[in-house]
Amino acid sequence: MIRSEILREIAPIIRDHLVVCNIGLPSQELHMIDDQPTNFYMLGTMGLSSSIGFGLALAQDKPVISIDGDGSVLTNLGTLPTIANNATGNYTLLIIDNGSYGSTGDQPTYAGKKTSLTAVARACGCENVVEVQDRDLGPVLQEAIDSDEMTIIICKCDSGNIKLPVITMDPVVIRDRFMKAVQA
Amino acid sequence: MNIDKRITDDLVANGVSFVTTVPCKQLAGVIDEIDQRDEIFHIPSNKEDEGMGLCAGAWMGGKRPAIIMQNTAIGVTINTLATLIQYYRMPLPMLISYRGELREPVACQVEMAVHTKALLAQMNIPTYHFHWQKDVEEFDNILKYTFMCNKPVAILTDANFWGGYGDQ
Ligand SMILES: Cc1ncc(C[n+]2csc(CCOP(=O)(O)OP(=O)(O)O)c2C)c(N)n1
Ligand SMILES: [Mg+2]
Repeated sequence: MIRSEILREIAPIIRDHLVVCNIGLPSQELHMIDDQPTNFYMLGTMGLSSSIGFGLALAQDKPVISIDGDGSVLTNLGTLPTIANNATGNYTLLIIDNGSYGSTGDQPTYAGKKTSLTAVARACGCENVVEVQDRDLGPVLQEAIDSDEMTIIICKCDSGNIKLPVITMDPVVIRDRFMKAVQA
Repeated sequence: MNIDKRITDDLVANGVSFVTTVPCKQLAGVIDEIDQRDEIFHIPSNKEDEGMGLCAGAWMGGKRPAIIMQNTAIGVTINTLATLIQYYRMPLPMLISYRGELREPVACQVEMAVHTKALLAQMNIPTYHFHWQKDVEEFDNILKYTFMCNKPVAILTDANFWGGYGDQ
């Protein structure tokens, strides 16, 4: 499965939850598949989906899911020790690991080579790290959201992209809509 | 006057309850002070752009954030300031140790010091420079200003402000 197929499959699971979504195609795909006020789309700032989602999870009690990418986690690897050492049960980090910088044309990342983000997350002190194949993600994600323990999911999948438009919503509108959903 | 305590008191009085830090020798005292306050959740970050991501999330979650970092981190965070904090219009007080200014003993620190104000000006980031201890009196108003206008705001604090480096 490719990322857009995964997002289509998990859309009903994440629909009612606060979601921070990675820059580029992941956000564009989620926006196209199931735009929700509970979605915070990143329009830039590669690498910070996990940090933004984690800050949000620490600041309030609702479940938060950060949808991240292998390339973006690699660019902000420092996030994993921070998350591990300040764990909060309402946080789920879903890393869609297609082994590539998908949004920029599927250039391979080291996560698709010798580097295991699962092992990295564990070494950083994350206690609940699950590596899962794309087709098995749904139930694992549902369980992670439902459980009181913070979970890091590394979802292995194929690289590949679909053609779709950019998000034209103004960033302040995205943010304001999202903050109202947080407070609702 | 204990400036570490004064700064922390002002943060608390302005409802700042989520603080991330990357240490600097000059900031050790204020970081210690923040650690001791129940009103503030302190989460050290590994890099300042990561810290700004945490602050962005915390603010959207209803908390008032702040970041405490060294001026060298301006070189690390330009993209995050432009595409996250400014683009989505979020408030972020940045208490910054201004290394490489008067009474600095480490020559390398001057190399980023000479770019610091130019970079902040280029970014249209409101910038304050604390040089004398009494300058801290403005901190309370700066915090109010930051959360009024939803912008990142820089408070540069040089070695003279922190009382120098003793005999160094
Ligand atoms: C600092 C910076 N460098 C490079 C880019 C270009 N860029 C945007 S998305 C992206 C790929 C992200 O890859 P990944 O997180 O694995 O997500 P995927 O698209 O594969 O799902 C890159 C390199 C950027 N936006 N910012
Ligand atoms: Mg990828």
